[in-house]
Formats: sequence, C-alpha cells, structure tokens
Amino acid sequence: MESLDSIVLTVLLFWPLLAALLVILLGNSDRLIKNGSIVASLLPLILSIYLLFAYDFDVGGMQFEQIAEWIPQLNAGYHIGADGLSIPLIFLTTLLSTLSLYYSAGVINYRVKEYFLLMHLLEFSMLGVFVALDYVLFYVFWEISLVPMYFLIGIWGGANRSYAAIKFFIYTLVGSVAMLLAILGVYFATGTFDIVDAAAAQPFAGNLTLASLAFWGFFLGFAFKVPSFPFHTWLPDAHTEAPTAGSVILAGVLLKLGAYGMLRIMLPSFPEAAVYWASWLVALGAIAIVYGAFVCVAQTDLKRLIAYSSVSHMGYVMLGIGAAATIMTPQSLATAVNTFGLSAAAIQDSAAMALNGAALQMFNHGIITGALFFLVGIIYERAHTRELSMFGGLATKTPYFYGLMVVAAFASLGLPGLAGFWAELFTFRGAFALMPYWAAFGTVGIIITAVYILYRIIQNVFLGEYDEHKLTHWTTVDGSHADGPTDMVGFEKVTLWPLVAAMFLLGIYPTPLVEYFNQSATELLTFLQNTVAGG
Amino acid sequence: MGDIGFIAPEIILLIGGLFIFCLDVAYDPGVGKKSGLSYMALSVLFLTSALLASILQLDIAEPQVAFEMMTIDRFGSFIKITIFAGMILTGIAGGRYMNRRSGNQGEFWTFFLLVSLAMSVAASANNLVLIYISIEFLSITSYMLAGFLRDNRRSNEAGLKYFLYGSIASAVMLYGISLLYGATGSLYLHDIAAAFAEIIGDAQDVSGLAFAALPAMLLVLAGLGFKASLAPFYQWAPDTYDGSPTPVATYLSTASKTAAFAVLARFFIVGMTSFAVNWVPMLAAFSIITMTMGNLAALRQNSVKRMLAYSSVAQAGYILMGLVAVASPSPSAMNGLNGVLLYLFAYLFTNVGAFLVVMALEETTNSEHISAYRGLVKRTPWLACMFTIFLLSLTGIPVTGGFFGKFYVFGAAIQRQYFWLAGIGMINAGIAAFYYLRVVQVMFFSQDDDATALDVPMSLQTSLLICTIATIWIGVYPGVFIDWVNDASSQLMVIP
Repeated sequence: MESLDSIVLTVLLFWPLLAALLVILLGNSDRLIKNGSIVASLLPLILSIYLLFAYDFDVGGMQFEQIAEWIPQLNAGYHIGADGLSIPLIFLTTLLSTLSLYYSAGVINYRVKEYFLLMHLLEFSMLGVFVALDYVLFYVFWEISLVPMYFLIGIWGGANRSYAAIKFFIYTLVGSVAMLLAILGVYFATGTFDIVDAAAAQPFAGNLTLASLAFWGFFLGFAFKVPSFPFHTWLPDAHTEAPTAGSVILAGVLLKLGAYGMLRIMLPSFPEAAVYWASWLVALGAIAIVYGAFVCVAQTDLKRLIAYSSVSHMGYVMLGIGAAATIMTPQSLATAVNTFGLSAAAIQDSAAMALNGAALQMFNHGIITGALFFLVGIIYERAHTRELSMFGGLATKTPYFYGLMVVAAFASLGLPGLAGFWAELFTFRGAFALMPYWAAFGTVGIIITAVYILYRIIQNVFLGEYDEHKLTHWTTVDGSHADGPTDMVGFEKVTLWPLVAAMFLLGIYPTPLVEYFNQSATELLTFLQNTVAGG
Repeated sequence: MGDIGFIAPEIILLIGGLFIFCLDVAYDPGVGKKSGLSYMALSVLFLTSALLASILQLDIAEPQVAFEMMTIDRFGSFIKITIFAGMILTGIAGGRYMNRRSGNQGEFWTFFLLVSLAMSVAASANNLVLIYISIEFLSITSYMLAGFLRDNRRSNEAGLKYFLYGSIASAVMLYGISLLYGATGSLYLHDIAAAFAEIIGDAQDVSGLAFAALPAMLLVLAGLGFKASLAPFYQWAPDTYDGSPTPVATYLSTASKTAAFAVLARFFIVGMTSFAVNWVPMLAAFSIITMTMGNLAALRQNSVKRMLAYSSVAQAGYILMGLVAVASPSPSAMNGLNGVLLYLFAYLFTNVGAFLVVMALEETTNSEHISAYRGLVKRTPWLACMFTIFLLSLTGIPVTGGFFGKFYVFGAAIQRQYFWLAGIGMINAGIAAFYYLRVVQVMFFSQDDDATALDVPMSLQTSLLICTIATIWIGVYPGVFIDWVNDASSQLMVIP
C-alpha cells in the first residue's frame, strides 16, 4: 500500500473540490445534484476511515506525507501530512460533511446548486487546514473556509442573516490577518514556511518579546475561531442565523480549526511564550466555561442556547491546552516538579492528560453539538420557531425526537457512559494537577451546564403538559400542514444514528480514540523536552 | 540596438497616436457617426506591439541609459508591461461604451494612446524634468479624457476638478524639483544622489544644503501623491472617477497609479538614498493616513463606482507600505519593492476587472448605485461570481492575486519590524472587508426574482475573463510573477 499512502491525503483533500466542479457540471436537476453530492462525499469519508486504520502507531509522527514544490521563491511548498491529532479530526470533518449533505438533501429546496457547491468547497477548505503542514498552505485554506460559510449563512440563513454573515467574516478575518503577520514573523526568523521545520528551528527562542508577539498573533487568529472568551461575540449570531447544516459544520468542525491550530502551531513553536502566557489561556478557558454556561441559562432561543454552550464547551479545550502549556519547557517542568512535589513523569502525565482531554473535547463536541444542531433544525422545520417558551410537553408527542435529544443533551452535560464525560474527566484531571485554582473555578461551569441542559432544554421543551394553544402552527418536515408536532422521519433518523452511536461507543470505550490523541500529545511533550534549550 | 531601440514602446505609441489622429482628420464619411470600434482595434494593436516590445526589453541584462534621460531597466519594463496590459484590457472593454456615448472617437483613442505614452515615459525617466514633463503630459491628456463626454455635466466636473487639483499639484512638485536642482546642481537622479551623499559625507556640512532635501521630498511627494491618490491629496479621486467615462476611471485607478508608484519608487530609492531615514517615516505616515481615510470614506458610499474610488485610495496606502519597508538588497525574499510591484500587478487585473463589472452594469441599468446590483447572481451568475472574485482579491483573501500582494507588503513590514504599521494595515483589512462584502451581500443574499440576464458585450466579456484568470493565477501559482518582480526590483535596488 506504499503508493496509495503517499497520495491518499491529496485525493482526500481535492476530491471535494472535484465534487464542487461536478455540481457545476451536473446541470439543473436538483435531485441529481443532491444524490451526486452525497455519493461524492462518501469517498473522503471512506479514505478518512482508511487513515484511521492505516496510521502506524509504532512509527508515530507525521504519516501519509506528500511534499511538492509550490512557490520555491518563498520556500513555501505543498506539504501535507497527518498525525494522531489530525486523523480523528479529518474523520470528524468527512463524517459531519456527509451527514450534513444527507440532511440538507431533505430540507434544502432553495438555490440547491449553489448550496451543494458551497458545502463541498467548505469541506475542501476544512480538510486543507487539517492536513496542511506549510504555513502558506495552511493560511490559504484557513481563509478560504470563511468564504463558503459566509455565503451559507448569508443566503440560506434566518431573518438576520446578512448581519450574522458579515460579522462572522470580519471577526475571523481580523484574527486571521493577525495570524498572517505572525506567520510572516516566523518566516523571517526561520527562513521557512514549513510548519514542522519552523517548529524544529524554534523561532524567537530566547527572545520572549518577539515570541510573545508571534504567540499572540497566532492566538488572535485561533481565538476568534475557537472562539475563546472574549472573542466569541460573532458566534451566537452566526450559529443562530446559519442553516442547520451550516451550524453543524460551524460548531462541529470550524471551531476545531482554532483549537487545532493552537495544538499544531502555538505549543510546539513558541514553548517559552506558551509557558509565560499559559495562565492567561487557562483563565480565558475557565472564564469561557463558566460565563458561557451562565449565558446559556438566560437564553430564550433554543439554537442560541446551544450556540453559547459551544462557547462554554470550547472553554474546556482552552483550559486543557493552557494547563499543558504551563510545562512546555524543561525549566518550567522543573519548576512544576518543585511546586507540586511530584515527579517529572507524573507532571508530564498530567500535561498529556490535559492535552488528550482538550483533543477529545474537540472531537466529542463536534459529534455532540453537531447532533444538537441537527435536532434543533428538526424541531425548527416543524415549529418554525425556536423560542423555548413556545414548547413544552413534547416528550409524549415526539418520543423519538425526545429520546435522541436526551442522549445528546446528556452527552453534552458530561454524563458518564456518554462521550462528553471522558473529555471533561481528562481535561480536569490534567488541569487540576497543573492549574488547580482555575480548574476548580472551571468546575462551576459543569454545575451550570446541568442547569441549562436539564432545566432549559429537557424540562422546558419536553416535560410537562403539552399545550396545543401555545403554538398553533405546526407543519411536517416537508412543509405541509400538521395538527401538532410530528416525530422524526426516516432521513432525519438516519442522520442522527451515527452521531448517537458514536456518543455511546466513545462513552463506553474511548480508548481507540484516545490512542490517537495520546500519540500526538506524548510526541509533542517529547519533542519539546528534546528541542527546547536551557533545561 | 541603439538608443532608438530602447525606447521602442514609446515610439510605437507615439506613431500610433499620431496615426489615429491623422486618420481621423483624413477619413470623414460625411454622414452618420463614425464607428470608434476600428479605432479601438487599432489602439489595442499598437498597445499590444508596445507590450511585446517591453517584454522583449526584459532581455536587456544590465540597465541601459537612452538619450541620457531614460533608464531602461527591468523595473521600468515591468511597470510598462503592467500599464500596457491594463490599457489593453480597458481599451477592449471600453470600445462599445465610448462608441455609444460620444462621437469624437478619433480624439478619444488618440489621447488613449498618448496617455499610455506618458505613463511609459514616466516609468523610465531618470531626470526630474523629464519626470515632470511626463507627469504633466499624463495629467493633461487625462483631464481631456476625464471630461470627454462634453454633454455630460458630471464628466465636465470630473475633468475640471482633476485639472484644478492637478495643476496645483504639479506646480508644487515643480517647486520641489527646483529646490533639488538648487541644492545639487543636477536634475539627474543619480547625480542628485551622489551630490547629496557628498554633502552628507562632509562632516562639517558647511553648505547646509542637505536641509533643502526635506521640503523638496515633501513637495515632490505631494505632486506624485496626487497621481497615486495618496491622502491627503486624493480629494479629486472620488468625483473624478465617478464622473469620468468608466474606461477612463478604470485606467486612472490602475495604470496611472502604477506609473505614479514607479516614479515614486525611482525618485526615493535612486535619488533620495541618503535620506532614507527621513522619507521612511514620512511615507509610513502617508501610508497609514491613506489607507485609513480611504477605508473609512469607502464605508459610507452607495455608489459602487465611488466605493471603488475610495477603495483605490486605500489600496494605495497598502502599496505604499511596501515602499516604506524597502530593504537594502539581500538574498531575502521580500525587499518591499517586489511587494509593491506584485501588489501593483495583481491590483491592476483585479481593479480593472472590478471597474469593468461596473461598466457592464452601467451599460444595461444605467446606474452605479448599489441597488442596481441587487440579485445579480440570478440575473447573470458568472458576472456576479467574477465581481466576487475581484472584491475578495481587493480584500486580500487567498487564491486571488490580492492576497499575495498583501502577503508581500505585510511581509516586508514585518521583516523591517514595523509591527505598528502592519498592525494598522491589519485593522484596515478588516474595515475594508466590510464595504467590499456589502456588494457581495447585495448581489447574492437578496431574494429578488428579477431574472433577466444582462446583455454584456463580447469584448467586455473577453477583458473580464482575462482579468479573472490573471487574478486567480497570481493567487494560486504566483511563482513566475514572483520571479519577474524579484528581477525587476533587484535592478532598481542596486544602490551603491
């Protein structure tokens, strides 16, 4: 399989672009475009599953690499590869893309051709970010992911879609330009745009001011995307206005791009700055957890509530990354050994655990929030409102919907036995050892999460008596009149099954997934211990 | 090849201009309107020959001096190629537009070629008087073209405004030139540089003449800044772009600006080497003011043409950033000047394309107002997509030429560690996205159902297609263009 391994990522990456071209060529038959798109999106999914199995843990590191010349004048090349961190995220991307296309085929009937074209482009750009190992390539994909999303929100979004679309675009653009400046800084310090080589060269080692500038440049770019408190204000608007599949992709994958960038670029490249500013990351993460959760409780719109829950849940990711960042240099590791009175191995274990928790949370949040947004979309197609006060007692009327929502909501809350639990456990286990006070503060968020999940969602929407006078206008999913809420239909169930299955599987037996993340976390820690000078 | 060969592009254009002029006088069908399209075709032919001549001149390995006053180097040739490409694209697209609006086609295309000639001379001039004359020549022909639609009051206003501002600007510039001549006794940029180097090298500096360089630089910058529409000399631009015939506005915002930047670069890098300490902060200040004012003003425009006018002011600010961050020749990939050139090159295709879209809309709807663009994607999808590509390129989003332009000028600023300058550029990029996307939003997000397709002439389509392909090409695979600009910039940057 040697020959396949060298091109599998390229095929995986460019297939969605081909699919987009195919959509243009397919003419104006909506049915053909929809079915063709779904079928086309299966290949990247299959290839990403292949990656999961083909990744060689004994060898570790970057695999499936391909390097080709692109802009030799700049020393920027087409360098792609995947490791334990990116492979699960690639799988998440292709899975959610296929499900989104499948779901959209059932509900999108307006400007179908453009919609499916943009969905393919979106998948293309997201995959590009996860596989790119060259800064210019990374930045190119990073930026073009903005464009299809902007159109998806702007054309198929809700009433306030123009505002949400432009807000999304400009916020993330400003962050990205800051990142671009940092990328250029790294380039002039190392003479290369290769992400791996640049990290190995340790730009700005020993110059904390410049390293911090670059660190914050990248941080701005990533924090707007994550989004980290206080850069999150675009998110509720974008999520609320976006079409269902757009929200799913936005929450499921696009937010992960930011966290992925922190793990891929910020920690390995600027360990000294990371140590110096780690407490800031942890603080921002912990504040996001608690603040996001409190804001959720106050929401009256179901979709906005889920959107804010993303702010809260991505806070765990920040918390984990920040906690691990505290010991990125040998010096800081020694300090930590003295402070906590633990062995260096134990401290490193905690850091690896925090990193694993952060990465797990990325994956699980993608699955869980993806499912939640699908479910919100499903009820919105019927009720044409998302006001929490308009619902109540749906449990008896739509038992299937209720059942799936309960699973997803409890997974989101972190109930043991479901996927979300392990991510929280790992994150807090790691963070408590390294940043105990902020971690303790962050746990407050878990309690508030229980409040909004149980009280706002489960109780408000599903429990109690169903009052048929509250909301009189119901339709079925295809828009015809209905006397009351109708339960999920076939294609909606099929969309949700894989996600719910994943929540159970990863809740009961998360080890296979953790192995990938643990591989890259330990590699990162070893790399830094070996590379960073001045122990 | 003698001196004559070195100025082949200029000669071709001069012959072309005079030829069309004579033809117009000699050939009079008597009745009916003369068709301008044949003149257009002739002009494009001449411009293409000049373009080919400039491409051939890229082969000249070492900079050559022709007739003492012109330096033929790859920098100049690259600028000429950019200018001619812009004029050709504008010409092809503008033929029918002008044909419909004016009867005096012979004059228009004569001036069109003479304007190109003026820009071409400016790109090579190494003598302050020749610089002044070429800029003045460029201005005068541009006044006439801007006010070419005699019966249109706004076109008259455009020409007049351009003339009034322009004559003051050139007077100011002339004053600066005379100061330089007084201080150094020469009009040649090299000699001026040498004289200043000597004056500064003299520790006593008994003459005190170096002091004259500062006001002189400011005055010359005012004159050239007018052409390049730098703040605060840009006040004419919105009204002139708005009122002029769209083909004229197109080249004023692209080719003419390219020429101005070429002169600016030559003047400061070759002539004012000794004063880099002074002009770097000066240009930095102008860069910041220009991009910020241009962007802020563009935010509030409802006419797409005016919006593009202000946006082209802002773009000049970014381009100037590359000149600020100009670094001495080193093996480094970004020396500032190559950023300026790459930016100008990418910007030319992008902005010509954007103006051509405006032209296409004007042809059918007779309006430049943003509301005319409502639901364009349903009416003429390919036009809306092209405009989106141009607007994204102006914003600086990757896979478009504008991205690599910004990449290079921002890179140069970072390399020189002008973080504040790059930071302000960054904030400006965010502001600019807002008004560019506003047009995209109108074209794509409205749910109007008027689906009558626009009638876009074939010639306009051709130009638009070339602009689109060039914009994407520079954005996806810029290697060959980067080689060009590296080559072109390194020849000018050979500073003793």
